[in-house]
Order: sequence, then structure tokens, then C-alpha cells
Amino acid sequence: MNKFIVLLLLVMLSLASLFIGAGDITAMDILLLEDSKVELLLISRIPRLASIIIAGMGMSIAGLIMQQISRNKFVSPTTAATVDSSRLGILVGMILIPGAGTLWKMSLSFVFAVGGTMVFMRLLDRIKIKNTVFIPLVGIMLGSIIESFTTFLAYRYDLVQNVNSWLQGDFSMIMKGRFELLYISIPLLIVAWKYADRFTVAGMGEDFALNLGLNYKTVVNIGVTIVALISATVIVTVGRIPFLGLIIPNLVTLYRGDNMKGNIWIVALSGSAFLLFADILGRLVIYPYEVSISLTVGVMGSMIFLYLLLRGDR
Amino acid sequence: MMDNKRKIVILTLISLAMTLAFVFWGLGPTNWKFFIQTRLPKVAAIAITGAAIGYSSLLFQTVSNNRILTPSVLGLDSLYMLLQTFVIFTFGSTSRVAVDRNLNFFITVILMVLFSTLLFKLLLQRESGNIMKLLLVGIIMGTLFSSLSSFMQMVIDPNEFMHVQDRMFASFNRVNTDILIVAMVITIGALSLTLKDTALWDVLTLGRDNAINLGVDYDRTIRRMLFTVSLLVSVSTALVGPITFLGMLVVNLAREMLNTFRHRELITGSILLGILFLVGGQLVVERVLNFSTPISVIINFVGGIYFIKLLLKESVG
Repeated sequence: MNKFIVLLLLVMLSLASLFIGAGDITAMDILLLEDSKVELLLISRIPRLASIIIAGMGMSIAGLIMQQISRNKFVSPTTAATVDSSRLGILVGMILIPGAGTLWKMSLSFVFAVGGTMVFMRLLDRIKIKNTVFIPLVGIMLGSIIESFTTFLAYRYDLVQNVNSWLQGDFSMIMKGRFELLYISIPLLIVAWKYADRFTVAGMGEDFALNLGLNYKTVVNIGVTIVALISATVIVTVGRIPFLGLIIPNLVTLYRGDNMKGNIWIVALSGSAFLLFADILGRLVIYPYEVSISLTVGVMGSMIFLYLLLRGDR
Repeated sequence: MMDNKRKIVILTLISLAMTLAFVFWGLGPTNWKFFIQTRLPKVAAIAITGAAIGYSSLLFQTVSNNRILTPSVLGLDSLYMLLQTFVIFTFGSTSRVAVDRNLNFFITVILMVLFSTLLFKLLLQRESGNIMKLLLVGIIMGTLFSSLSSFMQMVIDPNEFMHVQDRMFASFNRVNTDILIVAMVITIGALSLTLKDTALWDVLTLGRDNAINLGVDYDRTIRRMLFTVSLLVSVSTALVGPITFLGMLVVNLAREMLNTFRHRELITGSILLGILFLVGGQLVVERVLNFSTPISVIINFVGGIYFIKLLLKESVG
């Protein structure tokens, strides 16, 4: 797999994505600067494309960092209680400040999501056993606790369906003014890239990393913070995208090894390309309606993951 | 220290007292007929669910050699939700499959058992003893099922969603007596057919290699246990709905209280604690919260907190 091939693929998919949708746009419309079409492009299609690319990069890099520093191929931001805490945040927003705008609710949910992920990481730090299957399970269980609390509140205020659909991964709602929170993850990605080497060393274990002169605790903390922030932004703006942070890093490291500096770009690009492909597929299956992305990614992702798991050590 | 027999007797007395309190609380000369009629099926359902969940969770933990897991990681809860959502989504809440509880119960149980049997066949036949891989595949299937059902839940009509929501949370408030008898027969049947294996399970706690060394037919025993687990989980879920944390909670409390590896005692303890928690939870739901919260929410909350405590206190696994 070459970086440039993936990049080329991504560009082609991006172009396709701009011209697919319920409203027809052709290249001629753009060249002739037809008002309504250009407006459609600027308000809906381009924000959608941008958010997909950023979310794809963000989720797959977050997964990569998390797998690297926890030395566990099966963790991902979606198994780290992030989703459930941000759902709680949204609900609290709906109950406390019902009239507030979307951005307010999002910010509140963002704070909750970061908090939840931090709690999970603290917990990981304190538990003794570090079994491969065990750690994601801790995340799932922690998530269920938060969820039961959310349900308790949502049930009382009759908001169960509302809250659930908020976090269904879906790009069809992305429009100008609703996705800008995602931009927070761009500087974070740059930091991740800068620290890639250190994450690689940290992935060799605490003793080894200390021996090599790495400030292990600081590096791990930076990694955790980046993961929490990125996944919180994506979950809040786009919704839950299952498997993305799990499959892409696993597929790439399967072929290219664990040197993060060498992998980070290809992981980012393939994350975006995969997500974009899933999105286009979701838009075409029942055209002119669309299937939400968490469904397409969920189905494709679980197939790939099962394949990876079952071919395993045969 | 009390010996375990005494503890079990005391536990039995407490759960009996709770159950009696639940049945007879607030009964007067005018209303007793009505209350007895509604409360007795509830108690029966609670007993079945408590027994099924306590038993299956203990077996599951022995199979996976892990003290914090519950059978819901096999993806059965998510499958149940998917089936219910699918029925209401495609056929509507007034269709026969949704309204006729008998039909719904049988279809659900059969599909759930079928799914888990297939899963076990696929994974355990090829490479024996790889339980961890089985769990991972179960978790993945669970995620897949829940992304399918949450998509349907998003696009479904809000009025219809209320019917889905009804089934998302376990509840003892609408138990059907016909199903109750079937569920009771299945549960008691499964228990009495497998209870003779308890000595084998005690040996299994020594780990796979030791068990095989001591002459246990490992693969066969595991398959039997897993099948029992899936049958009991399916029955109790189809009867009242998913209660994720109950099993983990009661089995671990039973371990803590009885401090033994013997399955015979642990089974009794888990079942009694299961009944105790369910009756207690139902009392809280009915008397304190005025039915405003589903019982599974309370149990998951308590169980969840206990789980975290368990994690922090000792190294489990």
C-alpha cells in the first residue's frame, strides 16, 4: 500500500462525493457559476466532504494512538465510554437549557465526553490485569453504567428516542454552521504526528520506554488527551461511527508494522477514504434517500473485523 | 465465621421474607383478590428470571474462566433488541408477531438459541477451547446488531418507538401466564438436566489443561454448558427483557459471601441473590418510584457501581 495511491483514491472519492446527492450538480453548473447550485455546494456538499475527511482521519488516528499506548489491538475510542458520556451530556443539555442552540448542547456534550474518556483512562491505570479482551470490556461496562444513568433521566423526561438519534452517526445533517467544532481536531492531529515517535516507544512498555529516556507518563497523558478530544469532537458533531478506529489502524499495522511515524499518514488517509466510501455507498443504496453512516460502517466494519479475527493465526 | 449451609439458610429466609412482603404488602379485605392475581405472576417471573440469570452467569464465568463477564457479551441482548425493533419496524406494533406474546416469545427464543448455537459450532468446532475468540466475535456481532437496531429506531415513527422502548427495558409488569409456564418448564428442565455436572464444573475451574489431565471431556462439557447458558439467557430475556448487570452482580456477591469454588453452593447462592435483588428492585420501583423507572435501570446502576468497585479492589480474571 502506497501513500500516493491512497491519496489519489481519496481525491477521486472526494470529487465523486461532491456530485452525488438528491440535488443534481454537474461540473458545468460550477463553471457557469449558477447561483443555486453553487450555494448547495457551499452550504451542504463541501462541509459534508470536509467533515467526513476530518472525522475519518481523527477517528482512525485516535484509534491508532490508543492501541499503541495501551498495547492492545482491540481498544478504540468507541469502546472507551466516550459515546455514552457524550450522550449523557446531550441529555443534560436538553433538560437544563432546552432553548439553547445546537452549538451549546454540543459544547456541553463535548465536556462530558472528554470527562468520560479521562475517567476510563484513570480506571485503566488503576486496575491490575491487562488482558487483551478485558480492557475493552471494562470500557463497555463503564459505558453501560453511564448509560443506565442516562436512561433513568431520559425515561423520566420522555427523551429516549431523541437522545438516541442524536448520536447516530449521520452526515446528512452536516451543514455550514453545524460542523465547525470538528476543526478542533486538526491541531490535535498535528500534535499526534509530532509525537508519533514517542508513542511508538511508549508502545514498547513502560520499563523499556523509561530505559530509552522517555518521559513515559507525560507521553501517555498527551496521547490520552488527544484521543479524548478528537473522539469527543467527532461524536458530538457527526455521531457514533463504530469500528472505524478499530479496523483502519489494525489493517495498516498488519501490513506495515508498528512504527507509528511511518504509518500515521497512511492511517489517516485510509480512514478518510474508507469513511467517504461508506458515505457514498449509503447515499446510493436507496437513492434519493440515504442510509446513515453508522449503519454502513457498522456492517462493513464488522465483516472486516470478523475476517481479521477468524483468519488470525490459522 | 458461619459455615456456608447456615449462610444459605439465612439467605433463603431473607428472600422468602422479601417475597412475602412483596405479595402481601398493602393487602386489605376488599382488594386482596386483585392484588394477589397481579402479584403472583410477577413473583413467578422473578423466580424464573433470577434462577435463569444466576445459573447461566455462573456457568458462563466458569466457561470463560473469568469472574467479571456476563453472558450478554455474547451479543444475545443486542440480538433480542434487534429482533424486537425489526418486528415493530417492518410489521408494525399492531401486527400479530408484535401483539401475540406467545408467538413473539417462541420466535425470539428460537432465533436467539439458533444464533448462539451457530456461533459456538463455528468457533469451537474448528479450534477447541478458544473461548476468548468466541467472546470477541460475540462482542462484534453485538455491535453490529445494535447499529442495525439503532438505525431502525432512529427512522421509526415516534409512536411506534414507544412500543420498542417498552421492550428495551426489562419489566415484570406485563407477564403473560401462558409464557410463564413454558418458561418455567424450560428453566427447570435445563437446571435438572445439567445439575448432575456440578462436580465436573468444579474441576474446570482448575483451567483447561488440568481439567483434561484429570479426565474431563473438555470440549463436550463446554459445549453443553454454553448451550445451557444460551437457552436460559434467551428464555429469561424473551420473558422480561434484558438485564445486563444482574448476573455479574449476583454471582460475584455469591462468591464473596460463600467464599468457595463449589458450584453446588455457588449456584444456590446466586439464584437466591438474584431473586432477592429482583424482588427488592421491584419493591423500589413500585413503592418508591411509582413505576417511573424500569427495574433494569436500577439493577444496572447498582451492578455497575459494584463492578467498578470489583475492578479496583482486586485483580480479577
